[in-house]
Amino acid sequence: MNRMIEPLDPPTATAAGKPAKARGTYVRPVDFKHGRVDMTHGSGGRAMAQLIEELFARAFANEWLAQGNDNAAFDVPAGRLVMATDSHVVSPLEFPGGDIGCLAVHGTINDVAMAGAQPLYLSAGFILEEGYELAALKRIVESMAAAARDAGVPIVTGDTKVVEQGKGDGVFITTTGIGIVPPGVNISGDRARPGDAILVSGTLGDHGVAIMSLRENLTFETTIRSDTAALHGLVAAMVAAVPDIHCLRDPTRGGLATTLNEIARQSQVGMLLREAAIPVRSEVAAACEFLGLDPLYVANEGKLVAICAPQDAERLLAAMRAHPLGAEAAIIGSVQDDAHAFVQMDTSFGGRRVVDWLTGEQLPRIC
Amino acid sequence: MKYIDEFRDGEVAARIAARIRAEAQPSRSYNLMEFCGGHTHAIARYGIAGLLPDNVRMIHGPGCPVCVLPIGRIDNAIALALEHRAIVCTYADTMRVPASGGLSLMKAKARGGDIRMIYSAADALAIAQANPGRDVVFFAIGFETTTPPTAIVIRRAQALGLTNFSVFCNHVLTPAAITHILESPEVRDLGVVPLDGFIGPAHVSTVIGSQPYEYFAEEYQRPVVIAGFEPLDVMQAILMLVRQLNTGRAEVENEFTRAVTRDGNPKAKALVAEVFELRRSFEWRGLGEVPYSALRIREGWAAFDAERRYDITTRTVADNKACECGAILRGVKHPVDCKLFGTVCTPENPMGSCMVSSEGACAAHYSYGRFKDIAVRAA
Amino acid sequence: MCLALPARIVELLPASEGIIDIGGVRKRISLELVPDVQPGDYVIVHVGYALQKLDPEEAERTLQLFAEASMDTAETP
Repeated sequence: MNRMIEPLDPPTATAAGKPAKARGTYVRPVDFKHGRVDMTHGSGGRAMAQLIEELFARAFANEWLAQGNDNAAFDVPAGRLVMATDSHVVSPLEFPGGDIGCLAVHGTINDVAMAGAQPLYLSAGFILEEGYELAALKRIVESMAAAARDAGVPIVTGDTKVVEQGKGDGVFITTTGIGIVPPGVNISGDRARPGDAILVSGTLGDHGVAIMSLRENLTFETTIRSDTAALHGLVAAMVAAVPDIHCLRDPTRGGLATTLNEIARQSQVGMLLREAAIPVRSEVAAACEFLGLDPLYVANEGKLVAICAPQDAERLLAAMRAHPLGAEAAIIGSVQDDAHAFVQMDTSFGGRRVVDWLTGEQLPRIC
Repeated sequence: MKYIDEFRDGEVAARIAARIRAEAQPSRSYNLMEFCGGHTHAIARYGIAGLLPDNVRMIHGPGCPVCVLPIGRIDNAIALALEHRAIVCTYADTMRVPASGGLSLMKAKARGGDIRMIYSAADALAIAQANPGRDVVFFAIGFETTTPPTAIVIRRAQALGLTNFSVFCNHVLTPAAITHILESPEVRDLGVVPLDGFIGPAHVSTVIGSQPYEYFAEEYQRPVVIAGFEPLDVMQAILMLVRQLNTGRAEVENEFTRAVTRDGNPKAKALVAEVFELRRSFEWRGLGEVPYSALRIREGWAAFDAERRYDITTRTVADNKACECGAILRGVKHPVDCKLFGTVCTPENPMGSCMVSSEGACAAHYSYGRFKDIAVRAA
Repeated sequence: MCLALPARIVELLPASEGIIDIGGVRKRISLELVPDVQPGDYVIVHVGYALQKLDPEEAERTLQLFAEASMDTAETP
C-alpha cells in the first residue's frame, strides 16, 4: 500500500509556539456519507492512497500496514506452514448475521484452521465496482476489521482495484491466510477409515437460508441469521483433546452433503448417517420446506465436520460441546467400507437413501 | 411444523409397512404407479421403496411438468429473452433444462438474456408493473395446481390495463396423461406392463377434487387412491391399494381427506375455465402428442397470450435415439434398462425428460436409489 | 409435482392477501382462492397462493386411520 503523499511545505512554528499548518496541506477527507467508488480509487494516485489510509489502514490498524509497504514481513514459528485462499462474491453483500467482509475473514481463517493450524496472518484484495456506496464499503471494512481483531489474526497486507460500473457486483474480496500446524497433527481429507465417527459442530443450513431470505422474489420473514464465525478457537480445543483427528472440513457451498461426498471420494470410503442425529433449526427446516430445498445441501459458514477414530469420538464431542461454537455438536454417523464411496443415510422415517453430490446449484422449486 | 411432522413419524411408518407386508399376497405382484412427481420425490427421499415387500413395486409416472415440457417450448422461451429482448419470468425448476443449441434458460441468462427466477406468478406481474417500458413474459408451467394462480394474474393484468405483460402458457392436465398411459398399446392390448393401480396426485386433487378420477376406476377397472404429500400418506395409500386389489375392487378412495373433497376448489376451477380452454393436442416430452391434455389462453384474453403476441411456432425436437424415457414414463422399462442411464445421461447432463428434474424416475433413481441396483422384474 | 405446504394464517391483509407461518417462517401470500379463512386456520400453499383450507378434523381422522391400520400387526419385520 502506498503512503500518503507528504505536503510540499513543512509546517513552521507560529508565534504562540504551535506548529502552523502549511499552506496547501488541507486534504478534504473522503466522503464516507455520500461518496461513491470511482475509477480514481483504483488508479494508484492520490485518491487511492487516501482511500487506503482513511479506510483500510485505519480500520485494520496494525504495525505492518502502518509501515506502508506493498508487502508485510514477519517471523514465523517453526513448524509446517499452511496457506489458504478464498474469493468472496456473495450477494447480497450484507445479510442477517454478517456481511461479505466478516465472511471473508472467517472463511479464510477457517480454511487454515481445517488443517489443524493456528492462523497467523491474513491478506485482503478488493475489487470495487465503480459507483458502489462508500458508506456501505466502510461498514464492510469495519466489519472485517472487527472480525480480524476478535479472531486475533491481523490483516497485514492487501490491494485495491476498481472496475467499471456493471463489471463487478459492488465488492469482491479475496483473502489469503497462513498458519502453522502443531507437531503430531496430520489432518487430511484422505484419512477417513471404516469405523471412524463423523461429527458436526452444530446446526446446519443457517447461512444459506439467511442469504436466500433476502434474494429477490424469495423474501420471507425469519429470525434466521448467518452462522458466520471463526472456528480456529474451536479447532484448537478439539486438537488439544484429540491430536489424531483424521479429517476436518467446513461445509460451505454445497453443504454437508457435498463435503462428505468429497471426503468419501478422497478417502475411498462410504458413509452412513442418521438423519435424526443431524441438528437443524426448526426455522431452517421450515424455510427449506417452503423452497423445496434440502438442508443437507445448504451452505454453512460457521460449522465444521470432523472425522476421528471411534474410540476418540466421545472425547472429541465433549471438547466441542464445551466450546461456545460447538455447543450443539453431535455425532451423526460413521464411515463405512464401500468401494463406491456412497454417502448413505438412514432417514427418520425408517428407509435408507443415498445422499448424493449436488447437481449444479441448488435452486428453489415449485414441483 | 404442524400437519407435516406428524405425517412423517417413523414408528407409525414401520407399523404400516408391517401391515403391507402382512396383507400383500405372496402369490401375486402389485404394480402401482405414483403419477405425481412430488410423490416420486417423497418415495425417494424417505427411502419408502426399501420398506415395501418385493412384490409391491412402485412405477414412476409422468407427473412432473418440467420433465414433460418439450425442448421446443424451452427454445421458444429462450428466444423470447434473447431475440425479442423480453424479461422472461420463470419458476426456478426450468432454469437448467438443456434445450437446443447447447443452451438452457440458465445459459441464456449468462449470455445476457434477462431471465428472472420467481417464486410466484404474482412476482411476474410486479415485474411488469415495475418495468413499463419493457415486455415481460411469464413462462407458465405446471399441472392443475399451478394453473389457478396464472389465471388470477391474467385477470389482474387486464384489470390494471397492462400492455407489456403476457403469459407463455404450458399448463398441462393430469387426467389426460393418465388416460394416455392407460391407453398406451403396451398396457391395454399386450398387457406387458401390468399397471394395477394409481396413487393419485395430492395437490392437483385439492383443486380438481376426487371426482375426475372416477372415470378411470370405472373405465379401466383400476383402483385410485388420492394420497397426501407426506410419506405416511403414501404408505397408507399403498396399503389401501393393496386392500382394494386383494378384494377385487376398483374404486376412487381419498386418503388426503384433510385437503381434498369430491369437488375440489370451485372458485379455482371457475377462474381457470374463464381464462383458459383446451388445446386439441399437445406434445409431451417422452409421450408424444397427447389429445386434450393442455390449456391455452382464450380469445377474450388474447392480449395476454405470448403465443399470439410473438407469433410463436414450436419445433418438435427429438430426444437421443437411445433415450428410453417414453418407455420409462409408461412404466414399461426401468431406468437401468436405458443404455444412456448413468453413463452419458446423468443429473448433470440430462438427455431426456426422466433425468431432467429431480423427480423424474431416472433422476430419482440415480440420486437416491442407484446403490441398490434393483433389477427389473418381469410381469 | 406440486410443492405445497400446510401453513397457519396469522394475519389477514387487504386485497385478499394474508401472512402465513410455517414453523416460525412467515410469508405474505394470496388468499384469493380461499375466500372464507380466518387467522388460526390452516391452508395449503403453493407458489404464493393458498389453494384449499385444511380440515383439522379430517387430519385427526387420518392420523387415527394410520394408528388403526397398524394396530393389529402380528408380524415383526
